[in-house]
Amino acid sequence: MTDLSSLIACPRCDAVYSVEEPAVGERAVCARCHTVLIAPRKRAGKQIIAIALAIVVLVIAATIFPFLSIRAAGVSHKSSILDAALAFSDSPLLVVLSLTVAAVIVFFPVLRAMLVIYVLTPLVFDRPPYPGAVRAFRLSEALRPWSMAEIFAIGCAVALVKVADLAQVAFGPAFWMFAALVVLMVIQDSFMCRYSVWKSLER
Amino acid sequence: MSLQRVWAWWIVALICYIPANTYPMLSTRMLMSTDEGTIVGGALELAQHGDYAVAIIIIVASVFIPIGKFMAVAALALGVQHGSRMSALRRQQLYEVVEYIGRWSMIDVFVVAILSSLVQLGALASIKPGTASLFFALSVIFTMLSAQSFDSRMIWDKSPDPTPEPAKAPA
Repeated sequence: MTDLSSLIACPRCDAVYSVEEPAVGERAVCARCHTVLIAPRKRAGKQIIAIALAIVVLVIAATIFPFLSIRAAGVSHKSSILDAALAFSDSPLLVVLSLTVAAVIVFFPVLRAMLVIYVLTPLVFDRPPYPGAVRAFRLSEALRPWSMAEIFAIGCAVALVKVADLAQVAFGPAFWMFAALVVLMVIQDSFMCRYSVWKSLER
Repeated sequence: MSLQRVWAWWIVALICYIPANTYPMLSTRMLMSTDEGTIVGGALELAQHGDYAVAIIIIVASVFIPIGKFMAVAALALGVQHGSRMSALRRQQLYEVVEYIGRWSMIDVFVVAILSSLVQLGALASIKPGTASLFFALSVIFTMLSAQSFDSRMIWDKSPDPTPEPAKAPA
């Protein structure tokens, strides 16, 4: 009977390999479907926690500050994320939509970052994981496609182009925070080696 | 079992996609006139004004990509049920593209939300979201759920490729 912990199954195509951990900076890739299986990085845990903290701060700040301001014929108007999420709230049918928008651009990204902090903090300090860490990490992975802050940032740019000939439009501070978020989220995802996290959680 | 869920979400998403195109996405009020436009109508209007680049982006993002996603998910599911001429690796790559692009369709809904919260200039101009924005968002969410229910391992189950030799590929 082979020890199960020495095997790894590709999450995409189910090919089974016996684990041979790559050195730091190297990657183990599935030979059949080219999915990255293991990609350990030095001090990735601390970097990911730092980025997750930055994401929490940025999303909360970006919610309050205006992200676009408009001016036409002397009338001006500023809009924050809260306004955008509440834009749908005047008819009951669209309230559902406004809640969804608020969830995917503010609530899910913050929740995911906090779950990551909760799971990784004890691992970084070589302590046993906090209770429920396995479930927290699974939830954070499930939320990944649903946290859409970076898509919202691109949406701002598109909206700007659309009203540019109607009125004068300018980016507010929150837009630049969202632009930073796009970069931070990509970096966080590329630093995260799921195999290493699951392995430390099993210890 | 997994495929039934894929087809169930797929059909609901397709049903939501119809009102998303027939109802108005935005209603723009400028001084005296009120203008309600569907997605395609708005893009055609932009094209008439000579804004071809923006019109093409809108048509691609809200017509070609959703329809392409429907066809791709259907092709993947049918491929598992009846076999496919495409290689397993090609289908795996198609699945990854669908999974990646799926979320980006929400951009249309966000643009509507941003425009209708931003353009509130009293009597001068104001924009309100239309019913289509709700159905469009639902259609995107259901397509994402459909793609997520698809288990990419099924592509490889009947694959003639043998399980490969363990090898560490260079980064």
